[in-house]
Order: sequence, then structure tokens, then C-alpha cells
Amino acid sequence: MADLSINFAGIRSPNPFWLASAPPTNSGLQVHRAFEAGWGGAVWKTIGAPVLNVSNRYGAWHYGSQRMLAINNVELISDRPLEVNLREIREVKRAWTDRAVVVSAMVESKPETWHDIIRRIQDTGADGIELNYGCPHGMSERGMGSAVGQVPEYCEQITRWVMDVAKIPVIVKLTPNISDIVMPARAAVAAGANAISLINTLNSIIGVDLNTLEITPNIGGKGGHGGYAGPAVKPIALNMLAALGRDPVVSGSKLPISGMGGISTWQDGAEFLLLGASSLQVCTAVMHYGFRIVEDLCDGLSNWMDEKGFAKISDVIGQSLHHVSDFNNFDLSFRAVARIDQKKCIRCNLCYVACNDTAHQCIDLIAKDGTVVQPYSYDIRASGKDDAISTRPSVHVREEDCVGCRLCYNVCPVEDCIQMLEEPSGRPPVTWKQISDSQREVTEDWEKMKQYREKMGIHIH
Amino acid sequence: MTAIPQNRASTNSLGELLPPLTRNEAAVESARCLMCYDAPCTHACPTHIDIPKFIKKIGTHNLRGSARTILESNLLGATCARVCPVQELCEGACVLGVEHKPIAIGRLQRHAMDYAYANGVSLFQPAKDTDKKIAVIGAGPAGLSCAGELAKRGHSVTLFEKRDLAGGLSTYGIIGLREPVEVALAEVAMLSKLGLCIETGKELGTNLKLADLQANFNAVFLSVGLGITTTLGIPGEEYILDGLEYIEQSKLDAHNLVIGRKVVVIGAGNTAIDCATIAKRLGATQVTMVYRRSEKEMTAYAHEYEFIKREGVRFSFLTQPVRVLAENGSVQALACVRMSLGSPDASGRPSPQPVAGSEFLLEVDQIVKATGQEKPSLASLLNLKTDKGYIQVGANFETSLPGVYAGGDCIRARGAASTVMAVQDGKLAARSIHERLVAHG
Repeated sequence: MADLSINFAGIRSPNPFWLASAPPTNSGLQVHRAFEAGWGGAVWKTIGAPVLNVSNRYGAWHYGSQRMLAINNVELISDRPLEVNLREIREVKRAWTDRAVVVSAMVESKPETWHDIIRRIQDTGADGIELNYGCPHGMSERGMGSAVGQVPEYCEQITRWVMDVAKIPVIVKLTPNISDIVMPARAAVAAGANAISLINTLNSIIGVDLNTLEITPNIGGKGGHGGYAGPAVKPIALNMLAALGRDPVVSGSKLPISGMGGISTWQDGAEFLLLGASSLQVCTAVMHYGFRIVEDLCDGLSNWMDEKGFAKISDVIGQSLHHVSDFNNFDLSFRAVARIDQKKCIRCNLCYVACNDTAHQCIDLIAKDGTVVQPYSYDIRASGKDDAISTRPSVHVREEDCVGCRLCYNVCPVEDCIQMLEEPSGRPPVTWKQISDSQREVTEDWEKMKQYREKMGIHIH
Repeated sequence: MTAIPQNRASTNSLGELLPPLTRNEAAVESARCLMCYDAPCTHACPTHIDIPKFIKKIGTHNLRGSARTILESNLLGATCARVCPVQELCEGACVLGVEHKPIAIGRLQRHAMDYAYANGVSLFQPAKDTDKKIAVIGAGPAGLSCAGELAKRGHSVTLFEKRDLAGGLSTYGIIGLREPVEVALAEVAMLSKLGLCIETGKELGTNLKLADLQANFNAVFLSVGLGITTTLGIPGEEYILDGLEYIEQSKLDAHNLVIGRKVVVIGAGNTAIDCATIAKRLGATQVTMVYRRSEKEMTAYAHEYEFIKREGVRFSFLTQPVRVLAENGSVQALACVRMSLGSPDASGRPSPQPVAGSEFLLEVDQIVKATGQEKPSLASLLNLKTDKGYIQVGANFETSLPGVYAGGDCIRARGAASTVMAVQDGKLAARSIHERLVAHG
């Protein structure tokens, strides 16, 4: 069985799954229960400045029959008194020596305030501190949270204040509400932080109530942007995680990264690990289903690692990073075409309409006699399941015209029915960067591009 | 029109079998629909309702749009949602049926229809008056569909119905378990709002003459259905109840319907199954369906057969009634003979032959026959060309008499007669009539 334990910047935990700093880690009672369920660690809900909360603070985006594809919230940092939080943190840590207890903090941007909170956290015996530079609502309006995370200079300055007094590992948590995630990460590196975590929530408005025309959720007639999280944000988080892994400064610093943003399953967790995360934080999935989900997070990850021959988590970390690149470096001669497995096809024609209406018109409807037919070509008097099923045309890709866009593959509801078949294009590998370096005119002039295509035998219908 | 009878079965054990979907159930089911393109369910539906479209509109809570989508193709959407043999049509063709459960199309359609009727949504306005008059004979599904489609196009339509209530078999002949009377009558009321004039108690050949209709109307549509239940020609037949009347009474006068203790239903079609259901649900201790051929040849839909077996009804296949035994006016037994199957007959099914010396008695106190209906008698009365006894029509639903069209069960020489086929006939005939009247000025 794979060893799931991790050592994250000196913070140890029996598995990589930590509860993110959020409502699930609001109290000692909750964290106790989470640890009983098997969570490897918990990042305590942010403590710091005094706050008051509002009702209707969580909104959600449902899609089809999937509830809570994303959540948004305007909840602030902990609204429980600082002393209560610190006492409970101490109790939890004392009871759970093998688990990671990290405390998230956010206070006013003054050195003495930060020094004070860091010292008080350290006094609890906690394993680490996470600096919350990400909260996009409420706290940011008071100059904290994402107001710090969005300005690399502030990030660096405050982190320096923290590092002045920190005796335990310090993790800088980044906001995704920024054009280039690398900048605040570099600031954290420059300030001497011990680790980075990302992503915090995204600015969002969940929706508008079509009856009242009010914002959803409605807070006494008003509503506004709140932090967006959950399965829907995972691809954004993965991209930002990979961006850090590919930045020479950040990756060169060797700072470990705690990954989060939509992790709901062990597969999600494995993907974060493969793109460079070395601990994993979870929130929305727990808010949806409870602490119990950690069992399959660990079990599934462990089974997958066994299958793949990964003995320990560190064997997994970053293994996919070298596959990440930019369009400039993609092989323009790489060719894939869609092929439909007629035995698996259920004839829903979703690939046909997607290709025909919005992609490259290279899927045909073929009748039993082999002729190409148009949709809705049955007789108006035809009816009955037998007629519908027996006369239904099959869908076929004209492979010579297929550009391999993969849209049909994506819309197909049947597993493994459409394959993207890699076929040799007969052209030597070449990237856009190589073309623009060696034949710049091709990249700037459509006539030259035409000639280049002719020469290379590239035909786009 | 006569008021709806008060004494009817809608809340007893013959009340609607399936509960309506809740809003959430409908949303979940709608989300399951893949939204196939050129969907096979739409192909399989005789009226070609754009099924994925109406289902997705349920998902977006656009129930008004959903109902309109249904009614644009099928004005009797509420009836069809309940009575259609969906297993043989839309749901049977659902691509999810292969490995999953097909989408509950019928129940989703009912969800949208129930919304429209419960909220009195008025979805269609008649077009500008064309000054053309059409007579529709028979206010069953084909007639209502044809009349509604013509009224939508601005024609002036009069529906003549021999019974007290419009709706045809939807009102009288479909067991309440599947379609309560209220649903059929609500549909009639909705169509009436399009400006139809419905005259009940008017029967062609009795108090209505075709010549008068031809003189006073620009076109005539015959949707007269079929005749009475076929005669068995056996001694004591007068003691046998008519299946259609049995169903009718269970719907409109259930309190006065006498149910036997031991009931035999003769026949194994869908109407026979309805009769057996009524007997079983209203108190018979033993219900036996008697059929002269075997299980394989029975004309009831497979899902109906499964249903009636679960109801606890027994079957006596390869059994032919030969005589009713009665004493003091009450049925004592049904004498039957065993049958064996021989070479195929005109219907293509093996012909049943009596087995010599096999006569036996079934001890019963009530016998109901549902052995199919007579061919439409009007055909010969009106001198119309026929096809296997059914009124013959061309591709445009015109009969051998110019300007006289027909549709529904009375022309169904081929294929299984069903409400939805009748609706489609009415719709297509209306198109032909409209084209004729508009084209001919």
C-alpha cells in the first residue's frame, strides 16, 4: 500500500488531505470530528481582526441535476473571539499530535499587529501558519485579504513582517483574482516564506433572482460579489498551480505548494499532486457531503498509486509538469482524428450536431444503404420505435476532413465511444516558435502562409 | 353540451395509476435527457412532438413553452401523455433504453400539460377568419385534432358528436386508471376556446345527412371511429356484457356498475385488459381472461400484459367460448373448448382450431367481451370506398367522395389503432383540407 504521509515544509501529516481554512474548520469541535474521520490536517478558519457576519452568506450554482457545482460566499474570517479560537487550537493540537494543524491569519496591515497574532498562534503549539491574502470580500474592503494578495509589494512587505517573528512554517495563500499569479508568488519567495498555497476564491456574483430581480443570495435587498469555489474552479486552480511550477523563480525556490480549488475526489487530488502540489486542501466538497469523504480521497489515491507504482506521495508530485507548455511549443504537425465506435454508439447524434453546427462539418449521417442522408429525413407518417430505431442513420467521421478538434469527443455521452486517434500527418514536427524564428514572413503574411501550407501539404477545408 | 356527470370514478381504485411528477422529479428527469439531435423519440412519436425541446424547457422551468411545444404537434397532448403506449413509441426508441432507463417522456409530457391546464394557459389564438366552414363528424381524438387545427387556421368548424359528451374514447373508452374523464373534457374545453362549435346528440345517418353537410360546409371530415363490439354468435350471448360499455360505466357511473364475483373477460387486446382491470379493482375475487389463441398472438401491448398479470388476473389461452349457461337470468358458467393453432389465417396469425371433445365449463357469474369492434358501418351507408372494411382514404386523407375526408380508427386498415395515430390523422387531414380550401379560394 502506498505511503500517503507527507512532510510539507516541515509540517507532517498522515495523508495529504487537509481541510482548507473555511467554515468546516471554524471550531475545535469540527476539527476534532474531521480528524476522527481521517483528515490529515486542517487549516483553521482565519483568525484575526474582529468581524460580524450576515445571513444568506452562501450562494450556489447548480447545473442540471448537479447541486453545488460551485459555491460562493460572503462569509468573513472567524467571528468567534480570538481567545476562544486560540484555546481550541491548543486543545486540538494536543489531542492530535500526528495531524497537521495550521492556523490561517489575517490582521490589519501593521507590523505590530502581525507580530502579535503570529506569536499568539505559535503559543498554541500549531504546526504552521497560513497568511490569508486571498479573501475577496469584506476583509478586502478593509485593506486585508485580496487587497494584499493583489499587490505583490504588499504581499512581500507583510510576509517579511511575519517572517521576522515566525518560528514555525509560514504558508502564503494566494488570491486568483489577479492577472498573473506568478507575481505574488515571487513576492512570497522574496520575503522568505516557507510555502505557498493556492487558490483562494474567485470574485463572483452567483446570479439574479428572476422573480424579485434581486441578487442571489439576497442579503436584505442587496447582494454582491463573493468568493467562488467548488468543482467549477478546478481548471483555473490547476492552471495557476502549473504556472508556479513552470516559473523559474518560484520553482527554483523549491517552496512546497499546497494546492486547492475544487478538489472533490481523489482524482482531483492526484491531478493537483501531478502538477506540483505537495499537500491538498478541500472545502466545498466537504461543505456538500461532510467530513466522511476523506475516506475515499485516501483510499482512491492509495489504490491509484499502487496501480501506477508510486510508493509515496513525493513520487507523484510534479510528475506531469514537464508536459505543460505553451501553444508556441506545440507540434503543429501532430494529428488526431475522431473515430466513432459504431458498436458503442447510441445514435444520439450529439456529435453530429456539434460538428455540423459549430465545428468543421465532417460528420455524416449514413443510412443503412450507405448513402449520406440529412437529419429529419424520415417520412412524416413514419412512427413507432421499430421504425425509429431500424431506420436511424449512423454517424461517421470523414477522417480526411476531420481537423481533430475534439468537440465530438467532448460531447459524446458514451464512455470510450469516440476516440481521438493519433495518426501520422506525414509532416516533420514543427512548432509555431520554430516557424516564426525561421520563416517569420509566414506568420505575418497570409499569402506566404498559403504558400507554406501548399508546400507542407496542409489543407484546411 | 351536457354537464360532466358527478357520479364518476376518479378517486376510487380506478383513479389515475401514476402520480404526477413533482417539480423536482421532473427537473431531475429532464436533466437526464441527452437532448439527442433529430431524436429517435420524436421520429417514433406519430405526431412527431419535438420531445427533447419540450423536455429541456421543463428543465429551464419554461413550462408554458414546453406545453406549447407539445400542443403545436399534438393538440391532445394531455390525453396522449397518459394513454400512449410509450414503450412502443417514444420511450421505446429512447437511446438511453439500451443500457439505462429510458426517459419518462410520457410523464414529463403530462407534467407540462398539467401545468398548462392547471394554470389555464391559453396558447393559441385562431388566425383571421377565412370564411370557410368545415363539418367534423365525431368528436373523438381524430375529430378534435382536425377541428382544432382547422380552427387555429381561422376556419369555422362545427363538430357533430352522437354522444352526450365530446372526447370519444378518451371520455368513454379509456379506463380511468389511465385517463380520468376530467382530462379528456378539459382538452375539449381548451379546443372549444379556439371557437369550435360542438353539437352533441348529432349522428350521421340518424339526424344528420351527408348531403346537407356537403351543401352547407366547404369540407367534411369523418372521424366516426368503429362500430359496436363484434358478435360472438354463441348461445346465451345476450348475457355477455359489452366491454366498451363496461369501461364507460366504470368511468361515468361507477357506483351503479355491478361487478361479478368470478368474472371472465373474452379477448386479449388492450380493451380486454382494461375490462379485467376494472373487474379486479372493483371487487371481483377471480378474473380470467379467455383467448382463443396463445400468449404469443395476443394483441395487447407487452407492458399491458405485464401489468395485468401483476394485478392478479388469470389467463386461459387457446380457449374458445361456445355457450353461456344461465339460470333465472343469471350467468352460471361459460362453456368453452380448447383450441390448437393451425396454419396462418388472413391476419397472418396461426388460425385456432377447436380440439374435438375438449369442452369444459368455466364457473362464472359475469362475462365481458372485448373482442374488437365492428368495422365502421357508415362506410357502406355513405357509399364510400373501403379497404378491408375501413374507409379508404388517399395520401391526403380524402375519401372516395371529393371534399369528404376521414381519419382515426375508421381508416385504420393497417397498424395498431391508437389515440396518437388518430391525432396525427386529424392534424394531417386538417392540413390537406386547409390547402384545398385556400388553394381553391
